[in-house]
Amino acid sequence: MTRPSPESLAQRAAAQRSAPPAATSAQSAPVAATGAQSLVKSLEALGVEVVFGIPGGAILPAYDPLFDSKLRHILVRHEQGGGHAATGYAQATGKVGVCMATSGPGATNLVTPIADAYMDSVPLVAITGQVARPAIGTDAFQEADIQGITLPITKHNFLVQSAEDLPRVLAEAFHLAATGRPGPVLVDIPKDVLQAQTTFSWPPTLDLPGYRPTLHPHGKQIREAARLIMAARRPVLYVGGGVLKAQATDALRELAELTGIPVVTTLMARGAFPDSHAQHVGMPGMHGTVSAVYALQRSDLLITLGARFDDRVTGKLDSFAPDAQVIHADIDPAEIGKNRHADVPIVGDVKHVIEELITALKAESHPAREEWWAQLNDLRTRYPLGWEEPEDGTLAPQYVIKRLGEIAGPDAVYVAGVGQHQMWASQFISYEKPATWLNSGGLGTMGYAVPAAMGAKVARPDAVVWAIDGDGCFQMTNQELATCALEGIPIKVAVINNGNLGMVRQWQTLFYNERYSNTDLGTHKHRIPDFVKLAEALGCIGMRCESAEDVDKTIEAAMAINDAPVVIDFVVGKDAMVWPMVAAGTSNDEIMFARGVRPTFDEDDL
Amino acid sequence: MSKHTLSVLVENKPGVLARVAGLFSRRGFNIDSLAVGETEHPEVSRITVVVNADEQPLEQVTKQLNKLVNVLKIVELEASTAVQRELLLVKVRADRPVRSQVLETVELFRAKVVDVAPDALTIEATGTAEKLDALLRDLEPYGIKEMVQSGLVAIGRGSRSITANPALRLAA
Repeated sequence: MTRPSPESLAQRAAAQRSAPPAATSAQSAPVAATGAQSLVKSLEALGVEVVFGIPGGAILPAYDPLFDSKLRHILVRHEQGGGHAATGYAQATGKVGVCMATSGPGATNLVTPIADAYMDSVPLVAITGQVARPAIGTDAFQEADIQGITLPITKHNFLVQSAEDLPRVLAEAFHLAATGRPGPVLVDIPKDVLQAQTTFSWPPTLDLPGYRPTLHPHGKQIREAARLIMAARRPVLYVGGGVLKAQATDALRELAELTGIPVVTTLMARGAFPDSHAQHVGMPGMHGTVSAVYALQRSDLLITLGARFDDRVTGKLDSFAPDAQVIHADIDPAEIGKNRHADVPIVGDVKHVIEELITALKAESHPAREEWWAQLNDLRTRYPLGWEEPEDGTLAPQYVIKRLGEIAGPDAVYVAGVGQHQMWASQFISYEKPATWLNSGGLGTMGYAVPAAMGAKVARPDAVVWAIDGDGCFQMTNQELATCALEGIPIKVAVINNGNLGMVRQWQTLFYNERYSNTDLGTHKHRIPDFVKLAEALGCIGMRCESAEDVDKTIEAAMAINDAPVVIDFVVGKDAMVWPMVAAGTSNDEIMFARGVRPTFDEDDL
Repeated sequence: MSKHTLSVLVENKPGVLARVAGLFSRRGFNIDSLAVGETEHPEVSRITVVVNADEQPLEQVTKQLNKLVNVLKIVELEASTAVQRELLLVKVRADRPVRSQVLETVELFRAKVVDVAPDALTIEATGTAEKLDALLRDLEPYGIKEMVQSGLVAIGRGSRSITANPALRLAA
């Protein structure tokens, strides 16, 4: 099931009022089926290609018809891996990712990836087994109230009460996950519901009277936004992940080129606008570029598209972009005005919003805003992203990541874990295309990279998929490499191994007087685990690189392998830090370009 | 901060109250009062919530409530344009010497005696929070043995209805 276009969604929403159709696929006359068969047939009818899961007692009935289905089930090693794999699959394609687990611990192991998908608005459907209806509430073996547990971290969730409901509930779950602001939906199915006799027919009628996402922006708001844009002297297009979700990147480029306005792309929006484009002034936020951070700070108009004024972008909120008026376009009305007042709130699918802005602005003659561009260009020249070579002669992690990006190129998919390596990967790889940068932005889930890369590679088998992981993150979920090896999913993993929980260590360096409490993982000192041996034990090819001169040839060797997963242990220095940095809780104006170095600005410009 | 009365129309399904109540606590709101019941449409329930909040956070929680798939409609009812009522049941010590005085208070407040014991009366009263507070103040000297109060329920004045069908299902 591909992400429906706004038009088809609008039609669907209109049709829903009279006779709601289910998502896709052909009609099928009622046939006798068990609940489990009905589940599998529904997934087939919804166009699902892949399910990442692990069977267990309560979900076991579903695995029997799955055995005969054309659906590909990928047997993961941990439910968390299954959840992140479904997320990676969804982020790489825009389709709904599906994961499956049994009741109790199987379901609770999905909590992290569900929360992760919720924070990053990823369309995900999680299917869990539940103990049989008569046993619910009795503290039965492997019983957990997963519906209650996931209430705050799902867009919606269901406990299926009757086998007859399965096709409708699944169609609703996919519809909810994929439309409006996407998000995870959990479907919990008691074992006796899976075993019950029922009839299966398709399509079911959706019954979601309270769900009506607004897709089309209000014309008056568009006109008002256009008026502000024309009047602005220092406007910025503040672009968030919503632009990728809405598949609005072409429209964004057209709007940017039409107006000549500088663009910043948040961590979730890397790739939404080409890094190489002259109008791209960088990523804003805690580890953003000086030019992007200051573009926001000094702006007089933020044109906010599918972004949410996250604290990692705004820094101290009350000193964020103090002189800016705000146009805020988002499909989720609750995001508008949540953190920052919007002068022009626009609720709608951001693709529609951008297209209507283009229409409204097309006839205008747009000012060159030379003074504004001169300021930003000056900052870009004086404060480019970079690093200092480590004094101890160790390998610079930034160099490894930069070379990786240059060698693998803009068509590869890069999937990061969380921490220093993630920030460097967002900074030193040039993203030119949508869905080439996947990461855990909102929840910051260490362990995301390997399974998400696995999901992305399943979704896009022809693409080169690199997981860029830290040695801390890698030890959380690397067991999925066994899945990759056995299922023929040849991902590549660059472990940026600095022997430490690097980002935490960086904060200890900066804010805790270099007291390194519990951040040394021993992966350098003791080489435990030995990542090369670990990779080999998991059925992968393991390599190690410890010096700058070996970086290119090691990456190239990994690029040449297409029939097995590859893991490279890049042994890098532990003292490298991520710069620039806006320390937590401080104003963006306090951005540090490097340790002890504050950028200088022409104060007259402020 | 000020008090706001929200009428939340929801699908009458299991677990919906937990979703609504959970959302309030998750977003840091204390619910002053909560009342739930079916409406004239059996598939629709009405939750009346009273919260103490500033305008901006209230707008945010209302938007978050609107995102709940089972929530159909939210209307804020202003005290000036709505009838607001609570129900109070109170068991008051009332032996012979004071019984007539207690009954006089009941009369004054247009309350009702719904149960009688040799040394106590159970009184039922409905009204605004202010009226019920006043009644309780007057009964206090006799000795309140037990009391229970319902959540506030409210309905807009005039002929318009917030549950009018088919608006409920089709409201954009």
